[in-house]
Amino acid sequence: MISLDFSVVRDSLPYLWKGMQYTLQLTATSAIGGLFFGTLLAMARLSSMKPVAWLASAYVNLMRSIPLVLVIFWFFFLVPVIAQTITGAERPIQIGAERTAIITFILFEAAYFCEIMRAGIQSIPRGQVHSAYALGLTYGQSMRLVILPQAFRNMIPVLLTQTIILFQDTSLVYVISATDFVGAAAKIAQRDSRLVEMYLFVAAVYFVICYTLSFSVKRLQKKIAVIR
Amino acid sequence: MNFDVLFQQTPDGDGAYWQWIVQGLYWTLAISAVAWVIAMLLGAVIGTIRTTGNAWLVRFGNAWVELFRNIPLLVQMFLWYFVIPEFVPPLKAWMISTEPLYAQYLAAVLCLGLFTSARIAEQVRAGIQSLPRGQRAAGMAVGLTQPQVYRYVLLPMAFRIVIPPLTSETMNLIKNSSIALTIGLAELTFRSREIGEYTFRFFEAFTAATLIYLVLAMTANRVMAWVERRTSVPGFIAGGK
Repeated sequence: MISLDFSVVRDSLPYLWKGMQYTLQLTATSAIGGLFFGTLLAMARLSSMKPVAWLASAYVNLMRSIPLVLVIFWFFFLVPVIAQTITGAERPIQIGAERTAIITFILFEAAYFCEIMRAGIQSIPRGQVHSAYALGLTYGQSMRLVILPQAFRNMIPVLLTQTIILFQDTSLVYVISATDFVGAAAKIAQRDSRLVEMYLFVAAVYFVICYTLSFSVKRLQKKIAVIR
Repeated sequence: MNFDVLFQQTPDGDGAYWQWIVQGLYWTLAISAVAWVIAMLLGAVIGTIRTTGNAWLVRFGNAWVELFRNIPLLVQMFLWYFVIPEFVPPLKAWMISTEPLYAQYLAAVLCLGLFTSARIAEQVRAGIQSLPRGQRAAGMAVGLTQPQVYRYVLLPMAFRIVIPPLTSETMNLIKNSSIALTIGLAELTFRSREIGEYTFRFFEAFTAATLIYLVLAMTANRVMAWVERRTSVPGFIAGGK
């Protein structure tokens, strides 16, 4: 049996907090960006223009069929090459693991948020679309003023649950050595050979945050269900 | 783009690069298959006991699900590989004496099996609770005991209802097995990155892995659709078309 010494956690708290700040920033940015692009993708998937709908669903299905780790590797390799093509530079432009991760997660999460928003849009009775058109609203107006606000509201619990999953998934930026919460903890753990204490602490922190959040989402869900 | 690179010899002298891909695929499937069996068995049991009236069993089931759902899979992988052996000296001794691959494999299978079991338990519970109340009452009324009600009335229907969500859990499990690369297990994603690093042909290496994952996802989907057709009850749940 080993003896535990959690002083390593206490001593490295400022560094761990920096990692956690990046995790939170990555989660928030990806949730907002993913929701924005996901909504656009959902509109594209439901579009009556066949090529647009086909392209959007191909993108979503591709993203949902391959592991997030592989997606992260793909973007870590592709983003510098694409940046090079756009700017016409001579060599691939390295933008760092942290920024690559943000781009990756926005585009990856867009596929998941797309499916949620699609379900949300489809949950709105068709009559609402027809009445919006009957009032003379354009497609954009009927989406923005009639459909999306309701779809968004109906889907709030699911969107929040997906965000909790996203918060957990951001830990995978570890594979490209970005210093998120897990990355920071792993670096300290390896430097001081204190893997047991560090990883137990990390697990406890994630558990407390995610349990509290999912509990709140459950309560919110009940509240919303009553109003409707 | 030039896939000839996959047919070049590796510097390790153990054949061509495509053989690394095959070995990686082998380990991806080996992890997924065993973890799937663990997840299905445990998930079915935990999901079922969460619907019984016994408060302690329900509490245990809920705690199980919450524990595995609220910690990132990557962190769970580290716990199984780095932390838990420290508290189990015989396991630690075995891990040091054996090939690293076996220790990694054991940790990955347990980690993914238990993680997925919590998600399956949630689906099974929802499946059982979606059955009309009258089914349980009717079973009791004809004199069945509680285990008999589950065995002959509730579970045969509930398991059929949960097949579609279990399909997506199966596909998630195959994708999640890639996280085993963080503890050094050379599965498919690990191997494709390795080929990229050796040859600087990341595009070809990642494309090969991506295509294989697409085929795996489609296969899992087809197999489960076949199971769904085979087990459908005429007149129920989109069965007997």
